Amino acid sequence: MKFRLTKLAVLAFLTAAPAMASELVFPSLSYRTGPYAAGGIPYADGYADYFTLLNERDGGIGGVKTKIIECETGYNTEKGVECYEATKGEGALVYNPLSTGITYQLIPKVTADGIPLYTPGYGRTSAANGKVFSNVFNFPANYWNAASLAVNHLLDINGDDLQGKKVALLYHNSAYGKEPIRTLEELAKKHGFDLTLLPVDHPGQEQKSQWLQIRRERPDYVLMWGWGVMNQVAIQEAANIRFPMENFIGVWWSGGEPDVLPAGDAANGYKAVTFQGVGSEYPVFEDVQEYVVDKGLAAGAGDNIGTALYNRGFYAAMLMAESARNAQDIAGNVEITPANMRDGMEALTITEVRMTELGMPNFGPAFSVTCENHGGPGTGAIQQWDASAQTWSLISDFGPSDMEIIQPLIDADSNAYAAENNIELRCN
Amino acid sequence: MFYREAGDFKTSYEDDSQTFPIKFDRLRYYAVLAVAFGIIPFIINDYWANAVFVPLMIYTIAAIGLNILTGYCGQVSLGTGGFMAVGAYASYKLMTSFPDVSILIHILLAGAVTAVVGVLFGLPSLRIKGFYLAVATLAAQFFLVWLFNKVPWFYNYSASGQITAPERTVLSIPVTGANTDAWAKYMVVLLFVTGCAWLARNLTRGSLGRSWMAIRDMDIAAEIIGVNPLKAKLSAFAISSFFIGVSGALFFSVYLGAAEVGEAFGIQKSFLILFMVIIGGLGSIFGSFAGAAFMVLMPVLMKNIFVGALGWPTDLAAHLEFMVIGGLIIVFLILEPHGLAQLWRIAKEKLRLWPFPH
Amino acid sequence: MPDQFLYAVEVIINGLMAGVLYALVALGFVLIFKASGIFNYAQGVMALFAAMTLVGIQKGQIPFAKLINTVMGTELEHFPWTVPVIPAIILAFGVMILFAIIVEKYILKHLVNQPEIILFMATIGLAYFMEGFGDIMWGPEIKKLDVGLPQGGSFWIEDMTIGLGGENFYGFFIDKLDMVATVVAILLVAALTIFSQYSKQGRALRAVADDHQAALSVGISLRFIWVLVWSIAGFVALVAGIMWGAKSGVQFSLSLIALKALPVLMLGGFTSIPGAIVGGLIIGVGEKLFEFSIGPLVGGATENWFAYVLALIFLVFRPQGLFGEKIIERV
Repeated sequence: MKFRLTKLAVLAFLTAAPAMASELVFPSLSYRTGPYAAGGIPYADGYADYFTLLNERDGGIGGVKTKIIECETGYNTEKGVECYEATKGEGALVYNPLSTGITYQLIPKVTADGIPLYTPGYGRTSAANGKVFSNVFNFPANYWNAASLAVNHLLDINGDDLQGKKVALLYHNSAYGKEPIRTLEELAKKHGFDLTLLPVDHPGQEQKSQWLQIRRERPDYVLMWGWGVMNQVAIQEAANIRFPMENFIGVWWSGGEPDVLPAGDAANGYKAVTFQGVGSEYPVFEDVQEYVVDKGLAAGAGDNIGTALYNRGFYAAMLMAESARNAQDIAGNVEITPANMRDGMEALTITEVRMTELGMPNFGPAFSVTCENHGGPGTGAIQQWDASAQTWSLISDFGPSDMEIIQPLIDADSNAYAAENNIELRCN
Repeated sequence: MFYREAGDFKTSYEDDSQTFPIKFDRLRYYAVLAVAFGIIPFIINDYWANAVFVPLMIYTIAAIGLNILTGYCGQVSLGTGGFMAVGAYASYKLMTSFPDVSILIHILLAGAVTAVVGVLFGLPSLRIKGFYLAVATLAAQFFLVWLFNKVPWFYNYSASGQITAPERTVLSIPVTGANTDAWAKYMVVLLFVTGCAWLARNLTRGSLGRSWMAIRDMDIAAEIIGVNPLKAKLSAFAISSFFIGVSGALFFSVYLGAAEVGEAFGIQKSFLILFMVIIGGLGSIFGSFAGAAFMVLMPVLMKNIFVGALGWPTDLAAHLEFMVIGGLIIVFLILEPHGLAQLWRIAKEKLRLWPFPH
Repeated sequence: MPDQFLYAVEVIINGLMAGVLYALVALGFVLIFKASGIFNYAQGVMALFAAMTLVGIQKGQIPFAKLINTVMGTELEHFPWTVPVIPAIILAFGVMILFAIIVEKYILKHLVNQPEIILFMATIGLAYFMEGFGDIMWGPEIKKLDVGLPQGGSFWIEDMTIGLGGENFYGFFIDKLDMVATVVAILLVAALTIFSQYSKQGRALRAVADDHQAALSVGISLRFIWVLVWSIAGFVALVAGIMWGAKSGVQFSLSLIALKALPVLMLGGFTSIPGAIVGGLIIGVGEKLFEFSIGPLVGGATENWFAYVLALIFLVFRPQGLFGEKIIERV
């Protein structure tokens, strides 16, 4: 016991004194180690670099410097709690943990603490319903949008008819991987395609059974909800059985450079859904080069700029910075609280004009958030991998998803949550 | 000087066989309890509760459970994560099915359910021994995780298979859910950890504990002198699983509030708790506390040193953290293979003689 | 022949191949357990570390670049050269030998005569250490492993067998990488057998495995044998790392392949090299066949637990594994 207490004393000394300086604090619960590091590193780099850019180029947001506090979670929920508790006293404005598990267990906590939680394209899909989830935002798109966007793409290339087609879903056997199943089942009913479900257990290094089954049953299309090593192995195995890559579509978390590079040329033509622009051909990246990279301030090794996951982190940071700006306007004060930030996010409007001003024309959709809808427009595009040039390119416009199917599912799931936790509906 | 038997006269058998025979030890024990119950709840904040005390105490319960099985009865188990999952899911099902019954009763019942499951998976131990048994318990680990992931009934048919603890109160103070105060969380877990440690300590001192230790030291010899191996091994599995189930239930409902079986109760958890037991010291209740403290606090401490104090990049710090913890484990084992508890025992021996070591 | 039967045959063949890959990992465990009674939890991390070292040497990466850059403020990254495959493999093996020497000198030597569980725990500490060490040395990103191994299904076999079934049968699918792995595994086992049967060190190795003290008393250096056996295990880890790394790229998850080897060990026995091979084959075929036949009925993803349950069932009948030494208990 004594032993423990002495240790605690040392700890107390080290974690003391949360500073309330005039800074806008954006904690980044990142993971640069562990099984999912390959996805976590570029995302965290992008998230950090955008705020560094704002500090260096504009002197922060509304004249107040931003501050990134990075905290390593290793994709582990318990470390996520520790990071949350350690950073929330520092005036954290918004959390973006990039982990479905951490998101689920932060949702009740942030709501009680009055801090917003931002989970673009991951987390709890039904959090799009702002009536139930006051502090959680997942604009511009969520998993169920992604499922619908992938099916829309299939409809496009089949002349709007999927009758009798066979579609297989290869998914990570976890909460994350199971998300799209209900949507896809509904869509299968609507469009008349057959859906086969193929779970892959964590970590997913051995997928021979699943791919032999795909080879036997010859589905017309394979959709993938994978993360980590599962992505690389799946793409390699698809190449091994000579599955046509252009019929293999991943969710946005299965569409990063590290996923396709190990398979080499064989990955050519692989597709993935995305909700933000790809590549580094945007004016803003010249600023990043000038103000961040050349000054040696780039996060991490600085070699991820323009990759798919980097851009996603960058885009998320941009939306958060815009929300903070918005919050400053609403509050009439440049030093905002998490509650102001939440209001700023709920009243966020992104226009084409603003995106162009920011040097990111067409990087993402124009949309506005409302009290009821925290999920944004649910639009997205399809990107395709070119193995010889080693780049992703968009092969479709940012199109809408099938909200007719998705909205009832969101309402049902969020209302069940509200009933289970006695939450009163807002926005009336 | 203060720590000695001299002058501490025992006049009855009860006195002689008490848990802490040395007066100073006894006082220290009461002092720790007084601080834990009387002072800490008033000064604790969210960070200390959620990042330090609550996980520490929950892991202690699990470590005590595994220590009963591995340290006292000699059956190495790697199914701890799976059994914690049983506790978590049992408490979730009970909480949502019978919302009017007290959460404390649910947690105990979750432990009981886990005990039944534990006995079931303990049956092979009658034939399989040593590392073969350790690997065999992995079958329980993987099967249970798969089961909870696969059967929607366990997670009330939610879309993603995550379970979320609804708010439940004790004496109309919330103890689960997001509105729980730090001190309420702390007190609930402290109650359980005190109860479990007290129970475990007394069980292992009694005839049941002796039969476990006989089995551990040499099961054939124990059988010959009349210890029933079936009864001893299965009771160890049952009681150990009960503790682990309780810790799993607390882990889910009080600490995390939401859990996903593969992530929260995966194979890593089984290994982590085994590390705690070995680092702390096999066959020692205090060792369970010390081992849990080591494995929970070291990473936090490391992180605060490397990132907080030295300002290094988080990834480099995380890698160094692994190296330092790994290195410390090896150094500890080389210096004292019987764990932190043995260091404590040696320190006490020294103290008894101090200041006249000869 | 009915298609369903052909599918089953295909599954069995692929199960055998997968089993060989499991056996490659299991071999490293068996070698160390046999010679020193240590259940080496770090075997998976050793495979990861060996593969990382190989890629790092090939690409001419500077070890510890990031650490040096952070502490010294320099900007190091690559040596101006790259190394061809064969010398790189030899160099990586050299690093594994060095590793074995260090492990013996700083860990094993101090833990002689400790109970099994303490030695097991020490290897866990070692695994932690190496996980961090490997990442600091070579960086945590996914690395593409390119040693010129063939990938993809064999067209020749597909063409040869496509006539066997109906129109829904596309010929047997056999991965070329798996075939290479099989050949490598056979060579490796043959080499190990020849080494342990016919060389002086090999005989010493077997003597130590039989009885430490008797071996010591006839003048065999236990410390040398340990270095030797950890070096060989390091080489096996390197081979396993190459084979698995070729499938998925070299990354953290490579260390988790150890979990695939544990049921193989249980089934085959901790002390038998042929046991590791046969156990691997049984587990590979068993889990693939179960997933093929029962998997669809219960929702799939059964492979992880079924391997363990299968091994458990075998153990209930033979508590020492299929080929393990009979456990004799005396009072």
